[in-house]
Amino acid sequence: MKALLISAGLLLASPVFAQNVDLGKSQLVFTMKQMGVPVSGSFKKFAAKVSFDPAKAEQGSADISIDMNSISLPTADANAEARKKDWFNTAQFAQARFVSSSIKPLGGNRYQVSGKLTLKGITRELSAPFTATAQGKAVSIDGSLPISRLAFRIGEGSWSDTGTVADTVDLRFRLVVANP
Amino acid sequence: MNMKQRYHPSQILLHAVIGLLIVLTFAFGKYVAGLPLSPAKFQLISYHKWGGMLVLLLVVLRIVLRLLKGAPPLPATMSPLARLAAHAAHLALYVLMLAVPLSGWLMSSAYGFPVVLFGVLPLPDLIAANPALAEQLGEVHELLNRLLLITVILHVLAALKHHFIDRDGLLQRMSLRR
Repeated sequence: MKALLISAGLLLASPVFAQNVDLGKSQLVFTMKQMGVPVSGSFKKFAAKVSFDPAKAEQGSADISIDMNSISLPTADANAEARKKDWFNTAQFAQARFVSSSIKPLGGNRYQVSGKLTLKGITRELSAPFTATAQGKAVSIDGSLPISRLAFRIGEGSWSDTGTVADTVDLRFRLVVANP
Repeated sequence: MNMKQRYHPSQILLHAVIGLLIVLTFAFGKYVAGLPLSPAKFQLISYHKWGGMLVLLLVVLRIVLRLLKGAPPLPATMSPLARLAAHAAHLALYVLMLAVPLSGWLMSSAYGFPVVLFGVLPLPDLIAANPALAEQLGEVHELLNRLLLITVILHVLAALKHHFIDRDGLLQRMSLRR
């Protein structure tokens, strides 16, 4: 909670660093495996408040809200299923949220962000490496991390069998942030 | 009957294996298509795809063998029309045995579900994901399957006619028994 307050405080206290995220160029993509078959999907709608200056990485922060109803999977069947109670239960948990607690430089253009992800009402600490790459006037923040779907009760009941749908889901994010 | 009047044993074996695989894969596909999404459906769809890819692979092998080893002659008692019908039906079977699994593979690629043989060997996507095209390919897959079903029924009826009505020993071409 303290980290959350600090990052929220950072956001408010340092408007100089408040940056715009280009949602058209940003993406949240995930790949799960069912019967060894990689199946990708994405979240089409999310809001992000990202404050990040590569030179002052420690002062950066990110607050990302994801509209769970914007999930997009390859088939209409899967799209309908993903919204149901056993999966994301979007009727009850319409949003997921990631709030960073710290960003550490790892050398070069690599960084590590830690924070809390709240998904389906469950909050867990996560940490992901990312790269920051200048793209003209913008910075592209690219990273990925494996997430345990069962840690967030994604896929309950008969779906909790990891022999069909693997527990590990790879999440990839790209946030294109305009430079201050 | 001498050996020249039979298919090569490898061809006879492939005929039996492919026939069995087609029946099983067809039945799985028919059953799975109507199921609601569930872990069991994911599993059965995978088995269906593995069966289809196996048929495709074995049919290619069978066509190679057919080109190398040829086919035994048809009974001399068959009329020119019956010969034409037999050749046309066999050609249709070969074409459909290739087209049905290929249309399934295309459909899977278009849906954005790669085919991973036996859960370990990823096959390349034939086309990029395209949901609208996937729906159309699904209909093509179904139509081709209906054609295959009709052709297989004709194939079996013709074999039974040769065996029980014509009694011309034609079935021995595809039998390992002496």
